[in-house]
Amino acid sequence: MKQLDLFLAFLRVGLLGYGGGPSSIPLVHKEVVGKYKWMDDDEFADVLALGNTLPGPIATKMAGYIGYRVAGVLGMINAVLATIVPTIFMMIILLTILTTIKDQPWVQGMTKAVVPVVCVMLATLTWDFFKKSKDSLGWKFAVGIIVVSFLLMEFVGIHPGIIIGVLLIAAIVKKDKAPEVKQSIEKGVGM
Amino acid sequence: MIYWEIFLAFFIPGIVGYGGGPASIPLVENEVVGRYGWLTVSEFSEVLALGNSLPGPIATKMAGYIGYDVAGIPGALVGIFATVAPSLILMVVLLGFLYKHKDSPKVKRMSSYVRPAIAVLLGTMTISFFATSYEGAGLLQTIIIIVVSFVLLEKLKVHPAYVIIGALGYGAFFLA
Repeated sequence: MKQLDLFLAFLRVGLLGYGGGPSSIPLVHKEVVGKYKWMDDDEFADVLALGNTLPGPIATKMAGYIGYRVAGVLGMINAVLATIVPTIFMMIILLTILTTIKDQPWVQGMTKAVVPVVCVMLATLTWDFFKKSKDSLGWKFAVGIIVVSFLLMEFVGIHPGIIIGVLLIAAIVKKDKAPEVKQSIEKGVGM
Repeated sequence: MIYWEIFLAFFIPGIVGYGGGPASIPLVENEVVGRYGWLTVSEFSEVLALGNSLPGPIATKMAGYIGYDVAGIPGALVGIFATVAPSLILMVVLLGFLYKHKDSPKVKRMSSYVRPAIAVLLGTMTISFFATSYEGAGLLQTIIIIVVSFVLLEKLKVHPAYVIIGALGYGAFFLA
């Protein structure tokens, strides 16, 4: 019963993965490669690489694509829903309760205390993205993009989507150094 | 047209958010708090705090709840659809094309070029959360909670759900 297997596999991923989509990737791997053997390690790595070349949440891209591969369009819908629906329900229920009692002073105290915690989480996420930018682009280039996009977003008021669009185009347009081609030419000369 | 606005508010972060759900958090905040004013900064932080203490992908939890908050169950469905569908459809449709180019330096460069811009968005969001906390809880309480939760989360690797629960308890008694 493939649909049931798909549903259970991605339900577990959705319920056990803390810290957003990227941290649930190992859980998806465990279910898809380890338990149900719908694909092998290489295929999984390919799907992950493909998912990362596209924007948007990674967990639903993985679930949707793997569901599609295993059991067609119905499998795709099934896997995506299993990943996201249970926690969205929990979220709506808890926040609705919180909203109905939000005028109580102790609830307002709770709200105030949560803001700095989220602030810490965002700060570590910021640091994470900064460090990865530095590692992949070198600090000069990374800081350059950071300063320019900060000025454009905050002082010129350009929508972040437009800035990201321009960066994507720059990444595509830039000429490749293509070291492999050069190597093969050298080899050709040597022979 | 509220459903169209909800669609746009989540479609844009879904289509420009490279780096998975967490990368789309500041983009969602930009639309939901900045552009449409559906939530205040501290309401958004409640959504984020709860979202981080529950399992599952963060982008869809935010879309589902905020969509529901703005326009009920249809709103939730529109928000989720706008978050999930575009990139998923692209992935299924472009599979052959992407497969051929997945090792291309251009493709790898795309996410590394976008990352610094996401860092800026996250950074400015951190600052506005700090300002909100300063106004609400005062400087001293803000710093105490920041230091304690930083140590718990990053040094002692306590699960975020427990840190959030702890903060809620602290606030109920000491910030009421």
